[in-house]
Amino acid sequence: MKNIMISNVRVESAVLVDWMLRFADKILENKEMLTALDAAIGDADHGINMARGMEEVRRRLAAYADEDLGALFKTIGMTLLSKVGGASGPLYGTLFLRMGVASSGKSELTNGEFAAAFAAGVDGVRQRGSARIGDKTMVDALLPAMVALQRALEEHASLCEAMQAAMQAAEEGMKATIPMQASKGRASYLGPRSIGHQDPGATSAYLLILSAAEAICQAAQPDAIAEASSGG
Amino acid sequence: MKKLINDPSNVVEESMKGLARAHADLLRVHFDPNYVVRIDAPRAGKVGVISGGGSGHEPMHSGFVGYGMLDAACPGPIFTSPTPDQIVAAAHAVNGGAGVLFIVKNYTGDILNFDIAAELCRNEGIEVESVLIHDDVAVEDSLYTAGRRGVGLTIFAEKICGAAAEAGLSLAEVAAIGREVSERGRSMGMALTPCIVPAVGQPTFTLREDEMEIGVGIHGEPGRQRSRLLRADEITDILATTIFDDLPFRRGSEAIVMVNGMGGTPLMELYIVFRHLAELCDARGIAIRRNLVGNYITSLEMAGCSITMMEVDDALLRWWDAPVRTPALRW
Repeated sequence: MKNIMISNVRVESAVLVDWMLRFADKILENKEMLTALDAAIGDADHGINMARGMEEVRRRLAAYADEDLGALFKTIGMTLLSKVGGASGPLYGTLFLRMGVASSGKSELTNGEFAAAFAAGVDGVRQRGSARIGDKTMVDALLPAMVALQRALEEHASLCEAMQAAMQAAEEGMKATIPMQASKGRASYLGPRSIGHQDPGATSAYLLILSAAEAICQAAQPDAIAEASSGG
Repeated sequence: MKKLINDPSNVVEESMKGLARAHADLLRVHFDPNYVVRIDAPRAGKVGVISGGGSGHEPMHSGFVGYGMLDAACPGPIFTSPTPDQIVAAAHAVNGGAGVLFIVKNYTGDILNFDIAAELCRNEGIEVESVLIHDDVAVEDSLYTAGRRGVGLTIFAEKICGAAAEAGLSLAEVAAIGREVSERGRSMGMALTPCIVPAVGQPTFTLREDEMEIGVGIHGEPGRQRSRLLRADEITDILATTIFDDLPFRRGSEAIVMVNGMGGTPLMELYIVFRHLAELCDARGIAIRRNLVGNYITSLEMAGCSITMMEVDDALLRWWDAPVRTPALRW
């Protein structure tokens, strides 16, 4: 019963704002951990840079009133582009800018539209960074999440269920970076010495998907609660 | 962490303000977005030469803004590339109608941010060319990595492209000279101690008292090998011969040579390295036509050095010798 009820969730600006606020919280909570992961195989700034960017996203979202999801995604993308720096800024910036193009002029997205927008964002990241699965980058978390989301929706899962599948895939993808040897970014200079460390970019990408799953399932829940109480 | 700072989050801005006060005759700074620009920019009809990168490598890049070198520098946070909004704003500030040249070091973040900035500039009608610097021979297997890192040769490209732009050459011509510099120069560095990023508070890597890192990058990236500490002459042998063999330099080659300090090494030690490097060049019949010895591209307080060598002809030497007036380089 619950599955049918929560299948009606639409991704609207309130859900997107909730997603970003949750992502900002998780980045700030895990700032030291992300920086420590980056210190092992990169340049020890991933947590600091992402925290700087997401604090600014949170500040700008507080004043956000527009219903247009395309404009909202663009604001997030441009903020990350101008505040994060490093490689993560352009890559996360591209993810949201492409999602913005895909949802331009819309005030809500259906399940299929959300999955398509996410796929456009992930494609943008792959193009910009020319990274593939197995390169030990954020793509190792994002791409499996995208595939799991699409597959679950094809099998008529609710968006909440589909995002939970995406979250699991992202988590597996993140953990799968541990035995990989990096071939992109600064970690690649370590050669075999990059093996045994979890990729910081894949880790923040997992937190992004986790936040999305939480926001979407939270949005689905009030309906379920209302339905349950009216039924009782 | 023991540093001469006030607040880790303000180091870049406070340092830029100090630079502006110290060199008010040469440059000014702009905040939000952050860039350093020549005092007389934009110059009509002159190609604008822009570089940028993470802070913590001073004097590169801001210390090279001025007559005959950079028109603008975009400092990012420490060890983090600048963002496209900074680069686009700097391009507008220096564009005199002849276009702008980006001198980009080969790091994933720098390339992505400068690429997006170039796209945005072109959309706004500013012509852009980019020159990629990737001179670090310590990176052996470029096929399986992000490629050779951009290090000391960046200074040479900024000086030479700056001179060519000052002389009124076109964007395509200045870019072609920059690419020639990129092809002809090689570098390699080593570290005795790590450095501490102020916002992190911990060393970026650890080296025991009797260890050194050969082939280290300017952010403390690991190099070819971690080995026991050797004498200055043995270290110079390793760095120099790797560079000699890579280009390769041959008997009769003429070169501009830089022995660069990483920030925490006394000049006295850099001259010890230069002394042996000159002996090695003599023995191989390589003529050192010009040289720099000092701290030009640093890694905060890291101790260590790098060697950069560029094979030159008279044309490149003329650009090198052209007048330059910047905080960190002038003749």
